[in-house]
Amino acid sequence: MSVLPYPLLALSLLLMWLILNSFSVGHLLLGSAIAVFASWSMAALRPSKPRIRRWDLLARLLVIVLYDIIQSNIAVVRLILTGRRPGHHSAFLAVPLELKDPTGLALLAVIITSTPGTAWIEYNSSEGTLLMHILDVMDETEWIDIVKNRYERLLREIFE
Amino acid sequence: MSHAADLPLWAAIAVSAFLLLGSGLALIGMIGFTRLPSFYQRLHAPTLGTSWGTGGVVMASMIYFSVVGGRPVFHELLVGIFVTVTTPVTLMLLAQAALHRDRAEGDPTVPGSIAADTEAARDDAKT
Amino acid sequence: MSATILYWSLTCAQVMLSIAMALAMLRMVFGPRAQDRVLGLDALYLNSMLLLLVFGIGSGRTIYFEAALIIGLLGFVSTVALAKFLMRGEVIE
Repeated sequence: MSVLPYPLLALSLLLMWLILNSFSVGHLLLGSAIAVFASWSMAALRPSKPRIRRWDLLARLLVIVLYDIIQSNIAVVRLILTGRRPGHHSAFLAVPLELKDPTGLALLAVIITSTPGTAWIEYNSSEGTLLMHILDVMDETEWIDIVKNRYERLLREIFE
Repeated sequence: MSHAADLPLWAAIAVSAFLLLGSGLALIGMIGFTRLPSFYQRLHAPTLGTSWGTGGVVMASMIYFSVVGGRPVFHELLVGIFVTVTTPVTLMLLAQAALHRDRAEGDPTVPGSIAADTEAARDDAKT
Repeated sequence: MSATILYWSLTCAQVMLSIAMALAMLRMVFGPRAQDRVLGLDALYLNSMLLLLVFGIGSGRTIYFEAALIIGLLGFVSTVALAKFLMRGEVIE
């Protein structure tokens, strides 16, 4: 067993410790010890280890998602305050996914849920179908296109 | 309001703007939560508060304590990260619970189970 | 000048978040079905967490931040437990 099985987890735990307490040498040592022990106990659970292949694309995805969250915030606020435009309705939508990596799927769930207006309802892992609910939809194919081309393609390049 | 007097004007305006943005979005989300007609539509309303609602208040708090303390303060960021990571879990579980209950009652407005075959297969494997 | 701006925006934010909490509570009490009530409870937790952060800015103390973190944690755990209960009819299986 290596000393640091999950270097990213250990680093973020240490960072969290230093943010919660003020920075000092004592807290640096204590935080490092806690990070190392926590990553050992994580190793005992044996979760699947995520492999991030493209850090540059991860940064691009983050920018895209932040922009989309702002956009959909405005859209949902307009819908709540002014009511539904004619021709629009809310609907369930089944999206076939080719993404299989668990970390990528988890990230996709976070993206879809934290964007107002779209909600992740159910995922069938054997067929790779995702059921989502869209608050304001006019053309269903447009949303399938957004999920598949805007998020899934990038996620597949990052994780697979 | 003891420290507010020595805050520079730009910081006060930035803190106020983010504060009003965040709490306004949370309020609009809750107005939608009371007005939208079905559960699955209401599921979208709290995400206004969890995305930029929380983001705005966290940004305001970070700017305020950084300027007042004279050093960068980041610990509010943890609240934002925590909310972003936990909201999908709660909403996903609630949506699945609602879907399960609606399907058990035979509600025609919800789609049929896409996991039906796997559930059936798992039940078969058990018996 | 900056104290006045901050005072009024803090008051506005507190009033707006209190109304938001009242609306969430309304849904929690009158919500037609159990899942609406659980979602209302989750929204109530979220808004009270935001209100605590606003209190923290108003008083200039960081103790409210820790309270907000704990409220967020409790909200997450209780909503997950209640959703699990709705799905299966029991929490401990």
